[in-house]
Amino acid sequence: MAALRQSTLCFYVFCLLMWVCQANEPAVHDPTSDTSDAGNANETHSEEHSEEGGPITTLPIVSWKWHHVETPYIVALWVLVCWLCKLVIEANHHVTNVIPESALLICFGFILGGIIWGADKVQTFSLTPTVFFFYLLPQIILDAGYFMPNKLFFSNLGGILIHAIIGTCWNAATVGLSLWGCHVGGAMGDIDIGLLQYLLYGSLLSAVDPVAVIAVFEQVHVNEVLFIMVFGESLLNDGVTVVLFNVFDAFVSLGGAEIDAAEIIKGIISFFVVAFGGALVGVVFGLLLSLLTRCTKNIQIIEPGFVFVLGYLSYLTAEMLSLSAILSITFCGVCCQKYINANMDEKSVTTVRYAMKVFANGSETMIFVFLGISAIDKTIWVWNTGFILLTLLFVFVYRCIGVFFLTWIQNKFRLVPLDFTDRLIMSYGGLRGAVAYGLAVLLDENKIKERPLMIGTTLIVVYFTVILQGITMKPLVTWLKVKRATSSDLMLIGKVQNKVFDHLLVAIEDISGQKGHNYMRDKWNNFESKWLSWILMKPSARKKHDHVFDVFHQLNLRDALDYVAEGECKGSLEFIRNETAYIDFRKKFGDDFSDISMPDITIDMGDTTIANPYTRQDTFRRDTVPSISLEMHEQTMNGLRESEDMNTHHLLQQHLYKGRKQHRHRYSRSHFDVNQDENEVQEIFQRTMRNRLESFKSGKMGVTPPKTITKHSKKDTQQKMPNGKSMDKTRSYHSGDEDFEFSEESSASGYTGSIPRVSYTAGVGIENPAFMPDLDPMAPVQIPPWLAEGETDSATVAPSQRAQAGLPWTPSNLRRLAPLRISTRSSDSFVLADTLPSSSRERDELPPPPSPPPSPPHS
Amino acid sequence: MGSNKSTLQHIPNAEELMEETGFSAAHIQRLYDRFQLLDRDQMGGLRNEDFEAIPELVTNPIKDRIIGAFLSPGKDMVDFPSFVRVLAHFQPTNSKRSKTSSQEQYNSPTRKLQFVFQLYDQDRDGKISKTEMLQVLQEMLRMEETDEQLQSVMEKAFQEADLDQDDAISFDEFKKSLEKLDISEKMSIGFLC
Repeated sequence: MAALRQSTLCFYVFCLLMWVCQANEPAVHDPTSDTSDAGNANETHSEEHSEEGGPITTLPIVSWKWHHVETPYIVALWVLVCWLCKLVIEANHHVTNVIPESALLICFGFILGGIIWGADKVQTFSLTPTVFFFYLLPQIILDAGYFMPNKLFFSNLGGILIHAIIGTCWNAATVGLSLWGCHVGGAMGDIDIGLLQYLLYGSLLSAVDPVAVIAVFEQVHVNEVLFIMVFGESLLNDGVTVVLFNVFDAFVSLGGAEIDAAEIIKGIISFFVVAFGGALVGVVFGLLLSLLTRCTKNIQIIEPGFVFVLGYLSYLTAEMLSLSAILSITFCGVCCQKYINANMDEKSVTTVRYAMKVFANGSETMIFVFLGISAIDKTIWVWNTGFILLTLLFVFVYRCIGVFFLTWIQNKFRLVPLDFTDRLIMSYGGLRGAVAYGLAVLLDENKIKERPLMIGTTLIVVYFTVILQGITMKPLVTWLKVKRATSSDLMLIGKVQNKVFDHLLVAIEDISGQKGHNYMRDKWNNFESKWLSWILMKPSARKKHDHVFDVFHQLNLRDALDYVAEGECKGSLEFIRNETAYIDFRKKFGDDFSDISMPDITIDMGDTTIANPYTRQDTFRRDTVPSISLEMHEQTMNGLRESEDMNTHHLLQQHLYKGRKQHRHRYSRSHFDVNQDENEVQEIFQRTMRNRLESFKSGKMGVTPPKTITKHSKKDTQQKMPNGKSMDKTRSYHSGDEDFEFSEESSASGYTGSIPRVSYTAGVGIENPAFMPDLDPMAPVQIPPWLAEGETDSATVAPSQRAQAGLPWTPSNLRRLAPLRISTRSSDSFVLADTLPSSSRERDELPPPPSPPPSPPHS
Repeated sequence: MGSNKSTLQHIPNAEELMEETGFSAAHIQRLYDRFQLLDRDQMGGLRNEDFEAIPELVTNPIKDRIIGAFLSPGKDMVDFPSFVRVLAHFQPTNSKRSKTSSQEQYNSPTRKLQFVFQLYDQDRDGKISKTEMLQVLQEMLRMEETDEQLQSVMEKAFQEADLDQDDAISFDEFKKSLEKLDISEKMSIGFLC
């Protein structure tokens, strides 16, 4: 059903598109406006006047200003169309299981191209190099660099570089030379291409394309070493491709006679300059970015933006210096990932991650769709069977030969040799893509007569590799039983063991007197933590936690989610109120009272409670709860928290605090937080405390809360606050305050006995039975004053007169009071049963444990 | 190879060691040189102090355990054959060799794992107790975390690995919990010739 709806939606969009094309037609024939150039947004404003036609005679209420919005409108529409294509494709899982998404997107491109062709009779839209290299490619590469598994990448760097440099040169040279040979042999008929042009063509076809490789290999989960070899090669060979392309382009311009040894040597030098210069620019920008994120604490909202802006700038800078832009942005991402993740706020990191994926995935989609659209164009199709078939054959065969030869050499040095199937997949994974097409379009028509043939053949190579090899990749991997990526279950012991291995291998290399990989890595790690981290990380982030602890927290989080899910299944929100919650309450209040807001409290209560399921049996261990657990998993909690938040918020609003001020959700461009008003927080606090005191008094002493006490308590609140805080810090609840006559065990039983407490909560008039009645300000009033005497007798925990006057108003103490009150009341509830008036009778007559309590309305 | 043989004359039992450990003659020669270098007092064996004297090893947090693994129980010195045998654990797993000989090689995954297990199991009772696990964690992470946190990490690790819940990790449990790791890949170094 959903698919049907999506198709209808798409149909509408297609209609819209056709209409746009029709409307666009006059502009297309206008030679000055290049509509396909999406970046050219500075649309001429003069056009809109000419639309309206001459001097106006009357004030137009609305006017049709298509040309005013034309370019941005078309761009936005194309983005929409491409993403809708992806939506339709991803809705059909049985199809994407067989055919990779990239291939399907290209096919959609064919259809769209056909529609445009039908409407315009000319290909209006195609992928131009400007759009591709400046607007679509950078974010994909930045994404690849930012998410690069650094350890894996650098430990295989040698092999990757061999493939990226030698392999690419080999491909370019052999494809070019072989085609030339066949041309001389007369296999292609009459076409006008010289040796240098063949080499130029070979060099643009030589590079394995990162976009296509990511797209195909993402769906085939091969083992990580194999993946990083192909993927790393596709990223790093750009430097080589760009140099080869530029060198041969220059040679073609110069003509064969002008080329001497000096020019060739210059070409080789320019390779090193372009590749290493590009990487260097990237590293510099990466370090700049890391430094910058050290001091963006106050502008958290736009903090993530810096990553994208500086990444893009590194790309453009390298392009400006005619260095390898792809290498530059790759290394920018690789260098900064660790430091920006440590420096930036957790939320900003999440934002960067998601935004990066949105951009990368979005433009990848557009690239494939446009690769398809570009095909439907009569002008680029010059058919030459020999040329096309031979190109396909050579590209494939020489890739295989190159890979097998290079891995054969590498295997002599590799610790774990690449076996035959790995090598086969590596050669088969040599997908060509949009980079090759972009370079082909860049060819100069004046210098190269057969440009259309080259573009057309490049497209065919791209389709062949992406569609055919992409489709067959998965069956091949299955058939060859290539080692798949092991589903990396989070195992703490495994991580600990990895750490042991690291130390062990370094030690063994030291003992056996070798300076191998592990030795190098150890040295680098020492240097990194000593200097780089010191410079690039802000002091608070520097005290990092070991990776083992990250895993530990993630595992805890997973257990916590289970715990909450279980709790919610049983319809109980008890975990919000159980004893671990108050720690956080106290901690928050103790640390930054002024910052706190009501939603925050509820959220963090949920968090802490579930973060420490292991320490719950031991009440004193709770104090050693790592404070990091408060923040660590906020990011991953989001999904769960939404409903959770709703529930608690609802409960609190109903029972705890009725906000007097109505502007709780203010609009702010720079802050997400609502309800930061200090006075309001103060008020919440005071009111809560007052309620608690009243309920305490009426519960214990049978005094209906008189006005005077309320006033008194208000004054007290202000005075006692600092006192309460200092008590918190020393953590001496009992010894530090002699006013309390609580025995040690009674208070302990009070806050550990959360489970029995539930049995008394099934009250009529309390909407959510799972909710603790002591949060309900009305509950204590229900106990009539004439019963007070009976209660005072049994009140083992009644505070002294002094305590009544000066109850310490710290949250921790009040938290403890609540369960105490309940437990006393419940213990003598049978005394009350007969004499109670109807208002409170139901409460006590109810059978104690309503198990399981009905789930709250929001879950 | 032939020329190497002559230089091996002065190494006792060189041929048998090569056969037993799978090191080539060049490896043995190199390791012997290293052994001589480490053996400062020329006693024909390495003692604890000799290992401690390796400058790079000083910063290694678990160096005592690793040195302990070289010294067989009851002895305070490790002679050259034992030295080579210990190092043989770290050779990359070679599928061809394991087929030819019946006895399990030092560099088989199981032997590698046993070696690691011994690093934890300091009292050699065939089990990793909670204390032993905690000690390892403390040695590796003490700089960064408090003991309570390490304690909780240890408890968590035991929850995962201690399948029969006898508060100790046996070798089988250890092996099972690490079967996702590619041991032969993680515990190999390239020995130079």
